[in-house]
Amino acid sequence: MEVGLSVLIGIFFAASIYLILSKQIIRILLGIAIIGNAVNLLIFTSGRLSREIPPIIPLDQDVPALGSANPLPQALVLTAIVISFSLFAFLLVLAFRAYQELGTDNVDEMRVAEPADQPKPPMGY
Amino acid sequence: MAGENTALAIGKAMVTAPVPAADWLVIAPLIVTMMGGALCVMTRKRTEYQPQIAFVFLTALVAVNIALLSHVTNSGVVVMVMGKWLAPFGIAFSVDTTSAILSLVASIVAWCVGLYGIVDVNNTGRRYGFYPFLLLLMTGVCGSFLTGDIFNLYVWFEVLLISSFGLLILGNEKIQLDGALKYAILNFTATTLFLIATGLLYGLIGTLNMADIAVKVKTLPDGAPLGAITALYLLAFGMKAAAFPVNFWLPASYHTPRIVVSAVFAGLLTKVGVYALLRTLVMLLPEGRSAMAEIIAIIAVVTMLTGVMGALAQTDIRKALGYLVISGIGSMLAGMAIGTGSAVAGTLFYAVHSIIVMTALYLVTGLIGRMGGSFDIRELGGLYKGSPVLAGLFLVLCFAVSGLPPFSGFWPKVILVESSLKESYYWVAVAILLTGFLTTLSVGRIWIYAFWRGGPESAPDNSEEGKIIPLSESLTGSQAALWIPIALLVSLVVVIGVAPEAMFRIVGQGAVGLIDPSAYISQVLGGAK
Repeated sequence: MEVGLSVLIGIFFAASIYLILSKQIIRILLGIAIIGNAVNLLIFTSGRLSREIPPIIPLDQDVPALGSANPLPQALVLTAIVISFSLFAFLLVLAFRAYQELGTDNVDEMRVAEPADQPKPPMGY
Repeated sequence: MAGENTALAIGKAMVTAPVPAADWLVIAPLIVTMMGGALCVMTRKRTEYQPQIAFVFLTALVAVNIALLSHVTNSGVVVMVMGKWLAPFGIAFSVDTTSAILSLVASIVAWCVGLYGIVDVNNTGRRYGFYPFLLLLMTGVCGSFLTGDIFNLYVWFEVLLISSFGLLILGNEKIQLDGALKYAILNFTATTLFLIATGLLYGLIGTLNMADIAVKVKTLPDGAPLGAITALYLLAFGMKAAAFPVNFWLPASYHTPRIVVSAVFAGLLTKVGVYALLRTLVMLLPEGRSAMAEIIAIIAVVTMLTGVMGALAQTDIRKALGYLVISGIGSMLAGMAIGTGSAVAGTLFYAVHSIIVMTALYLVTGLIGRMGGSFDIRELGGLYKGSPVLAGLFLVLCFAVSGLPPFSGFWPKVILVESSLKESYYWVAVAILLTGFLTTLSVGRIWIYAFWRGGPESAPDNSEEGKIIPLSESLTGSQAALWIPIALLVSLVVVIGVAPEAMFRIVGQGAVGLIDPSAYISQVLGGAK
């Protein structure tokens, strides 16, 4: 199970990095959405995956049975999902506003903040 | 019998004694800024109250941070666990000298920016939420400095990130949306990388508490993939700190927002990245750091040199200052690469100096823009006639940022050069000195062009073009709110430069705590408070 998920996470990372390296903002955003899911799966997997043994401490013991899944990474994933979801929502709005104002979704053409033909600085005092 | 056992176990696993009053100081900065931020959100329709509310809470923030620093320097690391779960199970806030001094300097800078903003941010800016975002940004910054849990650090990073988005696009202008988009995407990627590294680290050692990580990393078998995790942390926080080659979001965005926003960003955000690097590389993963010392040194040298060359190539003062922020990050990374006690102290000292000086430079630049009507050094000139005081203050800051005595930038550079020579990193020492020289050229040119020469290029004497706009023309409120923050920051620069003993003691203590965290560890894990 872990091996399968690890391969899936690898595919997710590869796809997201490919998308993030492209020039269209919308593709970059899709890449960011996928990388967020890749990270969540990664943390989820790091806490051991098993359905057979419930993570409940038996009455006569102090620790949960060996081999049960660790619930803490799942709590971390929940936190990470909430945070990355809200930030992603903000990014979507920001990208849409930028598209409206700048009239392009190609990052090469977004040169308002850094114009291409900047004058040379004074060469002396 | 089971019941007895449970009671015993609870006594061992939970804090049952009440928290001492002084230890509440640990989370006081967060409480103060959150309450202030919430009040400012509530008064979003009565923006005339917001400056007063923010001023009260930012003053309180400075006060509790002063109390926290004195408490920490007197009685060592202070720990408070949330929900009364003992560390490493509960989320711990653990404050050592490093955290406390950075938190204090950050809050002083925020106080100055809040005061400056009373006049500089108009009612539109307030309606867009300048004060709530500023206070919540401080929640994120102070939380990052004070927390002792690495996942919690991620959460505070996101808090400060979302507030910084809000501040960056205050006003919704075209140029701001362009800069903010690049800033937002790259910073979001950086925090995602941080989360990946943390997930892998947790998978490896099964804990998130920083003290516990520092203990357990040492017991790992050989061949554990710590190098990859260290490299991921270096990439993630290097991106946050604007280290070459992952720093291009900074020059793309730092000149676009209002000058107060640029000032608080230049002061705080990159330095939070530097703090996180210190915490993870120096304290938690020292072996990974020493294995990568050469790489960090190369990154440091390239960062400081490309930064200052970028500054030399700019005509817009705000852009040049953005590049100088990057150049300073290079010097801080150099101390981390060398990694001895004095070098880490130098990094910490440089961070404190850089927070104060970069904020002050941006605030002064705001006045230059008001008086000269432009931020472009080709269009400026003769401002010395308009305000000799401003020319003097800017010159002091130029000396400080270049690392010339007797101002605050001199001492960290002395420590860094000395410790790099001692560890035979001669090329790093040469790079630091060369950077200082080039910085002097770059800020000196700004000063000469904006203040010293008679008027703008090719403008005849006494023409309309070179006219100086008196401050009273562009201001409705009192000018004091603009001058007091600048005067306070410049006097800090002078005081630290002339009498650096207190700062030496504090950063020395902080560096010792980072390099040998045994006191930190015993306080967090053994301190049954």
